[in-house]
Amino acid sequence: MSQNRVASHTGAAIDFTFNGKAYQGIAGDTLASALLANGVDVVGRSFKYARPRGIFGHGAEEPNAIVQLGSGAGTVPNLKATQIELYQGLQASSVNGWPSVNFDLMGLIGAFGRLMPPGFYYKTFMYPKKLWMTYEHFIRKAAGLGATPVEADPDSYDKLNQHCDVLVAGAGPAGLVAAREAARTGARVIIADEQSQFGGSLLASKQQVDGIAAPLWVASLVAELMAYSNVQMLPRSTVFGYYDHNFLTILERRTDHLGAVSTCGTRQRLHRVRAAQVVLATGAFERPLVFAHNDIPGVMLASSVSTYVNRYGVAPGNKLVLFTTNDNAYQTALDWQGTGREVVAVIDSRRNPCGEIVAAVAAMGIEVIAGHGLIEAQGGKRVKRALVAPINEAGTQVTGAVRRLDCDLIACSGGWSPAVHLSSHTGAKPQWDENIVAFRPGNSKQQERSAGACRGTFDLQGCLSEGASAGADAALLSGYGDGSPQFPQIAVEEYIEEPQQALFLVPHTKPTSRAPSQFVDFQLDVSASGIELAVREGFESVEHIKRYTALGFGTDQGKLGNINGMAILANALDQTIAETGTTIFRPAYTPTTFGAIAGRDVNQLFDPERYTAVHRWHVEQGAKFEDVGQWKRPWYFPQQGETMQQAVDREGLAVRNSLGILDASTLGKIDIQGPDVAEFITRIYTNSYLKLAPGKCRYGVMLKEDGMIFDDGVCACLGDNHYLMFTTTGGAADVLAWLELWQQTEWPELQVYFTSVTDHWTTATVSGPNARRVMAKVCTDIDLSNEAFAFMDWRDGTVAGVKARVFRISFTGELSYEVNVPAHYGRHIWETLIAAGEEFNITPYGTETMHVLRAEKGFIIVGQDTDGSMTPADMNMDWVVGKNKAFSFIGKRSLQRSDTVRANRKQLVGLKTLNAKEVLPEGAQVVFDAEQKIPMAMQGHVTSSYFSASLGHSIALAVVKGGHDRLGQVVYCPLADGRSIAAEIVSSVFYDPKGERQHV
Amino acid sequence: MLLIYCPHCQEYREEEEFSYGGEAHIMRPLAPDALSDKDWGDYLFFRTNARGIHHEMWYHAVGCRRYFNATRDTVTYEILETYKTGTQPTITGANS
Repeated sequence: MSQNRVASHTGAAIDFTFNGKAYQGIAGDTLASALLANGVDVVGRSFKYARPRGIFGHGAEEPNAIVQLGSGAGTVPNLKATQIELYQGLQASSVNGWPSVNFDLMGLIGAFGRLMPPGFYYKTFMYPKKLWMTYEHFIRKAAGLGATPVEADPDSYDKLNQHCDVLVAGAGPAGLVAAREAARTGARVIIADEQSQFGGSLLASKQQVDGIAAPLWVASLVAELMAYSNVQMLPRSTVFGYYDHNFLTILERRTDHLGAVSTCGTRQRLHRVRAAQVVLATGAFERPLVFAHNDIPGVMLASSVSTYVNRYGVAPGNKLVLFTTNDNAYQTALDWQGTGREVVAVIDSRRNPCGEIVAAVAAMGIEVIAGHGLIEAQGGKRVKRALVAPINEAGTQVTGAVRRLDCDLIACSGGWSPAVHLSSHTGAKPQWDENIVAFRPGNSKQQERSAGACRGTFDLQGCLSEGASAGADAALLSGYGDGSPQFPQIAVEEYIEEPQQALFLVPHTKPTSRAPSQFVDFQLDVSASGIELAVREGFESVEHIKRYTALGFGTDQGKLGNINGMAILANALDQTIAETGTTIFRPAYTPTTFGAIAGRDVNQLFDPERYTAVHRWHVEQGAKFEDVGQWKRPWYFPQQGETMQQAVDREGLAVRNSLGILDASTLGKIDIQGPDVAEFITRIYTNSYLKLAPGKCRYGVMLKEDGMIFDDGVCACLGDNHYLMFTTTGGAADVLAWLELWQQTEWPELQVYFTSVTDHWTTATVSGPNARRVMAKVCTDIDLSNEAFAFMDWRDGTVAGVKARVFRISFTGELSYEVNVPAHYGRHIWETLIAAGEEFNITPYGTETMHVLRAEKGFIIVGQDTDGSMTPADMNMDWVVGKNKAFSFIGKRSLQRSDTVRANRKQLVGLKTLNAKEVLPEGAQVVFDAEQKIPMAMQGHVTSSYFSASLGHSIALAVVKGGHDRLGQVVYCPLADGRSIAAEIVSSVFYDPKGERQHV
Repeated sequence: MLLIYCPHCQEYREEEEFSYGGEAHIMRPLAPDALSDKDWGDYLFFRTNARGIHHEMWYHAVGCRRYFNATRDTVTYEILETYKTGTQPTITGANS
């Protein structure tokens, strides 16, 4: 039996280790309850001063017991020990504290705490600026936020999209009855709770509900709910985000309680729920009291002490001093008394506490010291005594002699703060309510209502009746029931409570600035004096104070400290809390794993992959692939022992000297039909299509309305009212949306219809001097002569027995035929061409060779040589802009804007390195003077750069300011390694400048 | 994530089926070449950037591929109505 286990509480033994030491807990324990049972006082070190810290709470609010779970690939950092269910073999360690939490070298900093006021990092480490990175590295390491695994996550995760009528967040008393009322109407209900068991506060309650013990009542209600087929119950599931239009996210931990790595399926599941109506029943957090050295291990929330005693059978100490501002916490004295351990005294800040429970405690013979404050805790790694003193009625001053009470456990309660987080996610602004000394949820912005403690209703009877009403109301508004609760009122035994006192900072005999630290935010070591200092330094807004002091920035998101901090701030600013307001809570409510957010959208499933009909052939040939949009395109086809450059050289020379073949199926293809097609596309492209005859093709450029190049490609006239538009591979979807936009919203009078046919066709491009010869072998019903079938013509015909469209267009500058057949025949056509071309050494080439060949010709690639800020004139492509078009085509007016006509725009040029073998890196900056001081005046950049085997030297395309007037000038590309490559500005057309080869 | 009613499909669908199309009811000038740089610039670059009621285009990209308009509150993200291109909103704010 562990030292702190209450004798009557039993369960199967579970072995675990913490910081390398073996312990034993029992079934039903959390890591926190098991550590407390074993008398482990120090579980971590604080973020800034590395002060020893112990377990403070029992749930999501826990600021101190932050641990790293497991090891290796399955390790998880920054979990709260209070939320980890114990399993056999669990390994946990503190996330900070080095070399150990009991002897922390960084604790030295703690001794100099006064030297580290808020803003310390900003004030101290910002200068000299250069060293900030060094400082930050050290600070982060010292801070110790846990370690992320370096191996891939071995677990799988998934997502579930769901709809429901009523989502109930929280399965405490209010949530459970809300779910029952909604379920009864037939509404589809989801009820989720972050704990392993439903019941919330009732699980640790000694109250009688409906004549039976509270946990038993919960069990019967849970059984009742399980019988409804329209109710989905999600334990271990945190509703962590409330987004627009009643969209909520729930993280379900399916196997975390079984082991560090799941052995039985998905570890966690993200539920993405669109709910018609939402009931928020998320409960409340008890507020700690801010007194000197309130962070020593052994200081805990009163409700946490009760929870450990009643639910887990753990008494985390021997001699309890309870410090409270309210009646509610007196229950803890009764619970503690029940363990047989000593209650030293109850310290009540109120002058004259007179509630029913106060009398009950006094009747047990427990000393109640009213009108006093517990002004300071003393001890090192565990509380040894409490200093108690009379305080004035306002709770601002110590008014009498200090009394010392020996104890090893201090339970404190400053009242309760509703968990308004989810309501805040919707944009509702929490409202301060003096009567309950807390923020209530603000006015609803969405289809939600709060019920019970999260709405500021703290008595059980109130929680139950509010929950019932909320459930019935939510069901009604989602179309079920009549809106009134149907189940009889539930009888509850509870004490009637007297008002509490608002006490946010307990006075000390010394002023706040001189008193021992009175911690507000434990995780980030924000103290009351720090907040007051920030105010003295001129900060006024709660949001600024938060960022300056780091209040609420920890992984607990200030669930404990925020309200006290704001109240202390309000006091320092001489304002009310309502005037000061609160910071805004945002998703996620508690930390959420990236694994769950990613779900199955990882590795191969991260993004869909698109394959052409010839893909398998490419794979069989050993092609290396390149991602182009979602397409997998052959990049190059290395032969035995070839480097990429060798393969590309070989492929390119084959095209120039004999014959190559390219799978161009990925090019976007949009079939456009209707009587107004020619007019429509003439408004979209820069050039005119009004006189394009069937059988003809034309290259066109599309601009955005700002005059900048957006896409390019060839458009073929298939018939009088029928065109086929080719787009870039990556731009296909955007171009389709662009066409639809103008047709639907601006020119609905034009009758035009668009159909994406990209996937319907396989395009095999044969290119090179022998292209006509190979075509002649496989196609007999098209006259292939240059006279009958000229460059930029297309013909219907039969290729290898398949109906085909053959286009004489060229992206290599060589004689080319693009053979289009229905995709089902893709591989047949491809293999037939390969066989027919064998005598010409037909060479499949990939995108890299395609890029080199087109760059030799100075053909641009939209998105590589352009970047959304380039006009046709910048690209030296004025010839593609129709000057006499009747309609002011898209982007035309912008080509006359002062900015687009100015001199010195970046213009496309060729670059030829003075050292022919040196290939410029793409993206390199261009400068005119390599000797100038850094930062240099940047004059442009390299957009495309390759070694050209055909030409025997490197070639590059670049955009250079005023480049068209700088032919012959030598420019420089300074590199990161300090070298600078000199290159001469030349024409962007390196090969066959007259363009004769494609016309043969 | 928004839930958007497509007036063409006549169904509520998830936001991920749609793409945003910017402010609605901006007419392309009929004679762009007659406009000054400033007037053309106004058409090209300037939007009302309303706080509150805003009329905007949406494209049902992976649905019916139709554009339509929505009246949305840019503060609360509430979509007050959706309506077909070429029709007028029934809900208008002070600034629209």
